[in-house]
Amino acid sequence: MFNIRFHGRGGQGIKTAGRLLGTAFFLEGYEVQDAPRYGAERRGAPMSAYVRADRKPINARGIITHPDLVVVDDSLIPVPAAGVLAGIRPDTVLLIASHEDDAVWRSRLNLKSPILTIKPSEGADPASVSAACAGASARLTGVIRKENLIEALEDELGKLGPALLKANLDTVLQGFESMSAHQGLVRQSEAIALIDYQKPEWINLPLEASELASATIQGAQTSVQVRTGLWRTQRPVVHYEDCHRCWWVCSSFCPDSAISVNEEGFPVIDYEHCKGCMICVAQCPSHAIVAIPESEAQRLERQGEQR
Amino acid sequence: MNRKLLTGNAAAAWGARLAGIDYVPAFPITPQTEIIETLSGWFERGELQGRMTVLESEHSMITAAGAAAATGVRVFTATSSQGLLHAMEMIYTVTGWRAPFVLVNVSRGLSSPITLEPDHNDVLAARDSGFIQIHCANCQEVLDTMLIAYRLAEHQSIRLPIIVNLDGFYLSFTREPVEIPDQSEAREFVGEFDPGQIKFRASMPESQAVAVLGGSPYSYFRYETHLAMLEALNVYPEIADEFNARFGRFHGLLECFECDDADYLFVMMGCFATKAKDAVLRLREAGIKIGLLRPRLIRPFPSAAIAAAVSEKKALAVIDQNLSIGKGGILHAEIASVLYGIGQAPPILASFIGGLGGRDISQEEFFEIAQTLINASKTGETPPPRLLYTAREFKELKNLRAIAQVERQQLKENQP
Repeated sequence: MFNIRFHGRGGQGIKTAGRLLGTAFFLEGYEVQDAPRYGAERRGAPMSAYVRADRKPINARGIITHPDLVVVDDSLIPVPAAGVLAGIRPDTVLLIASHEDDAVWRSRLNLKSPILTIKPSEGADPASVSAACAGASARLTGVIRKENLIEALEDELGKLGPALLKANLDTVLQGFESMSAHQGLVRQSEAIALIDYQKPEWINLPLEASELASATIQGAQTSVQVRTGLWRTQRPVVHYEDCHRCWWVCSSFCPDSAISVNEEGFPVIDYEHCKGCMICVAQCPSHAIVAIPESEAQRLERQGEQR
Repeated sequence: MNRKLLTGNAAAAWGARLAGIDYVPAFPITPQTEIIETLSGWFERGELQGRMTVLESEHSMITAAGAAAATGVRVFTATSSQGLLHAMEMIYTVTGWRAPFVLVNVSRGLSSPITLEPDHNDVLAARDSGFIQIHCANCQEVLDTMLIAYRLAEHQSIRLPIIVNLDGFYLSFTREPVEIPDQSEAREFVGEFDPGQIKFRASMPESQAVAVLGGSPYSYFRYETHLAMLEALNVYPEIADEFNARFGRFHGLLECFECDDADYLFVMMGCFATKAKDAVLRLREAGIKIGLLRPRLIRPFPSAAIAAAVSEKKALAVIDQNLSIGKGGILHAEIASVLYGIGQAPPILASFIGGLGGRDISQEEFFEIAQTLINASKTGETPPPRLLYTAREFKELKNLRAIAQVERQQLKENQP
């Protein structure tokens, strides 16, 4: 059975990428199971999608604990909640969407797993990166023909109209072609056999004091700990020369209380917790806040550090 | 053959469509919403004739479903979790009206703490209401069960509403290959609803909520509902056989997988049971004779069929994806009540609680449960009930709790 796990962010086409690959397998005559996995629907929050494909009916269900292929947007690798590397084996293939190349990721991660990268084009929107990854994954399995990938895309995205379909088709096929040297690299794996199994370390839960055992949050510490800024794909940046120091509009409209006002009356954005909703950009009366892609902002920051 | 990848939610919507529903009172809730979205799209595009009304709560939604069913039309509705609980007053009430309809429940754990992921405490809260309950384990079964459910609910000698249950996320949002029956074949199988005396009409006053004091008439009406539901155990197999003859898929009162020559059985309901099948196949490769018993009908409870299936087995492991707080696994207690007094009851009946709030059950855990049964069978002692919960999970919980403790400390220090 093929066990494929996609990691991405809500609203960036990861669910669609999973469905696209699932449908392509199905058209090849495979039994298929595909599913997205997320909590409350939140744009930009880490989520994943699973695709299983086999020649036999599939009894496995739910999360894929030991994937044969992991497809991931590189910004998620350092996010602990995303669990990107959970359960990988030395033969699990990693396909990383990144501006950095394979060698960088090989030395950075120091894993035995084969690592491949797919480079998003400059300014590509995240959904098209997901589409390219779906095409690349299809090639990596070695069992999906181009015509079935195209038919799967028409099934999944046909309702969006011919222009969007064409744009996605080009992207998906570029992804497919980019992995031609690695066709069939992903190996199928079977569920663990009895002889190999590790006993689960079950425990008897102790009775604990009710104040410990109630799911109560009494302060803001949890919100501080969770760096929701990692969900951001666009970053609001204040151009202070245009700011009229009205002091209240952006900070009042921010739904996450991530904008405070300093002693001089200028707004200061807490990027650890700004989720990138861009409401401040829309509300600022003097248009002093602009949106730039998060990847671009991080690139500029790195350049600044080097100087 | 029209075989497509469908989510469990889409399969439920397809089942309702093929059954020829007339009326859908609706209220959205995760993870059920996609069912309502799908149906509303079909209504809007004219692909489905009928009427959908969005009510202001699940309580009203079930009232509307029961009232519409009492006029003699075919009604479908769906909910989940807190929605089912919010409707609970009417869930009990409408069964006494003896007006049939189908309610899909997409299982999701109950508050508090809040979760979106599945377990069976929501649907089991409706266990004693008078709704027939059928639990599904894959997306094909969801669609097929919808058709069977209308036949059963509308049967002259039953006339009760039915809950068709599917697990949130693991079925509701999971696509699997589903064969969609031909519309005319499906309609022929389900047939027209012959409402007979069920004909609540404008200008024809009728009271469904009569007061009966003194206990004796009340006993009569309640027990009649009970007898009608038990009758479903006789009617159901005929409908399942007819479905199988027409569509080539059999969905019995129970699913027995590798049960016949088994010494040991996993007993589970819902879609995690398919994971147990994989474990059964692996354990059998190693020479361990084990099988899976999955009751599909939970109400009426197929006691005789279960007794026959478990008779002379060495040991059973009931894996409950629910928790009756203060008692334990609900299916475990139900199975125990079947075994008392049968001649060849298995000497070991072990209880495991797993999958609460959608927690995964790993292959290793199924293997370990099998090992527990083998050991218990040797010693003759039933092990104590066991929550599937590992040292690592407890450590992770303590990490989260450490943050909460810091908060409390800071709050205390900041207090004047």
